Amino acid sequence: MLNFDLTEDQIQAKKTYQQWVDQYVVPFADTFDEQQETPQSLINQMAKDGHLGALVPVEYGGVGLDPLKWGLFCEELGRSSASLLSLVTVQSMAIQTLVKWGSTQQKEKWLPKLATGETIAAFGLTEPSVGSDARNIESSAVCNDDGNYVINGKKRWISFGATATLYLVFVQLNNMPVAFLVERDMKGFTAEPIKGMLGFRSANLADLSLQDVLVSEDSMVGKPGFGFSHIAATALDQGRYSIAWGCVGLSQAALEASMDYASKRVQFGKPLVEHQLIQEMLTEMIVETKAARMLCMHASFLKSSGEPSLIMETSTAKYYASKAATKSTNSAVQIHGANGCSSDFPVQRYFRDARIMEIIEGSSQMQQIIIAKAGHQEFTVQQRERNAQSNRG
Amino acid sequence: MNEIETKVRSFLGKYVSDPEVDGDLDLFSAGLVNSLYAMQLVLFIEQEYGIQVTNEDLDYENFKSVQAIVQFITLKQK
Ligand SMILES: Cc1cc2nc3c(=O)[nH]c(=O)nc-3n(C[C@H](O)[C@H](O)[C@H](O)COP(=O)(O)OP(=O)(O)OC[C@H]3O[C@@H](n4cnc5c(N)ncnc54)[C@H](O)[C@@H]3O)c2cc1C
Repeated sequence: MLNFDLTEDQIQAKKTYQQWVDQYVVPFADTFDEQQETPQSLINQMAKDGHLGALVPVEYGGVGLDPLKWGLFCEELGRSSASLLSLVTVQSMAIQTLVKWGSTQQKEKWLPKLATGETIAAFGLTEPSVGSDARNIESSAVCNDDGNYVINGKKRWISFGATATLYLVFVQLNNMPVAFLVERDMKGFTAEPIKGMLGFRSANLADLSLQDVLVSEDSMVGKPGFGFSHIAATALDQGRYSIAWGCVGLSQAALEASMDYASKRVQFGKPLVEHQLIQEMLTEMIVETKAARMLCMHASFLKSSGEPSLIMETSTAKYYASKAATKSTNSAVQIHGANGCSSDFPVQRYFRDARIMEIIEGSSQMQQIIIAKAGHQEFTVQQRERNAQSNRG
Repeated sequence: MNEIETKVRSFLGKYVSDPEVDGDLDLFSAGLVNSLYAMQLVLFIEQEYGIQVTNEDLDYENFKSVQAIVQFITLKQK
């Protein structure tokens, strides 16, 4: 029997996340947005409360959180601050990648530090000239005579790149994509903060520059040639999963703010919530937030069992949830009128942050390309099976 | 065709128009599969056979054709 209800344990976990977010994030998120920075004290608090390394397996000192609870946590963060959501997203991308593809030595060295938050990790794929076409990145590594590697290149828009001390960086080695772990204090590495973004303003973004950065073979994650198809793919799947859930939270925040405002604001002698055109917007927000949550729940179910289709269903959930967040936050601004455009209300931040969601972790267009392709393939298989059946019959 | 090959071809059938391709055909260089398939193949092997594909296994020779996948699963099961 299908059951979409959360268990008692999951309800409790969600409550704990809610309380944490309401205490440490909600009251301050607008200020961090204005200051264009997430303070180290909040990152330390997250680390202290075990949220930064929650996905690290217990044997390496983490919580070993299951996919659904992780999703519930991301939803709560998304409800409060998309920038903070991006911190746990990039940290979790590094964690999942090391858990899956790290060598024993890399796991032992980094996972305990990622679990405690002593190490903050960032994900360095995008470059000034290469975004969606990530397979064709230009940064490169060359193998030295002594078996070490020299990395040169630039990375752009790196979330928490200004804060991290460990970077999962993607480069070409003899035209084969490969991933390396690069440390902040390595010679030739610099991180330059980026300000003035539309959204994710407190995501401590940075431009990274790597000039003759020397790394040992032990820093390579996976093998040359697998950097994109396996290493980045694992990280991006985790990223899409976290962002999809976060978008549910963002839509939920937009909905709650709109309900509150529309109940109080009176025009033409009655509260906005009683005007039918406002009800239309609220209805779309309610239904699309629920639908996005269901897609995320489905992805989490597949993730728990390691079902191969989880990759496409996570992409579907990210695509839909980010679109729903854009639409819901847009409606929230509309419902708030001029107040929605002012810094007195958080909906303008939700709206700006939602706009980013359709660009990161594979833009909406990139998702459309793969979802339509996969859908076409599924259709072809169905046709083939139907034909085979009718030939047998 | 052994049981593993039947299952591999059945999995492959979800991604290519004709899963009855030559067992030695290089699926990647023939352009039959895309990059998303690569991780789905890893998940299929892990879920179906309860084995872990790790960084040590990241060798093109393990995944390139139906025969290669069958041989890889057979070896990992030992
Ligand atoms: C706030 C923020 C945080 C980020 N954090 C990180 C991070 O931590 N790490 C990291 O590596 N990157 C990060 N990025 C970068 C992000 O991943 C890229 O912006 C994204 O991949 C898109 O690349 P691009 O911006 O270069 O756009 P482009 O690839 O140049 O695309 C521009 C537009 O064209 C569309 N387009 C491109 N190709 C096609 C096509 N074939 N068909 C149809 N439309 C197409 C795109 O969808 C997009 O709308 C971040 C970006 C932002 C804004």
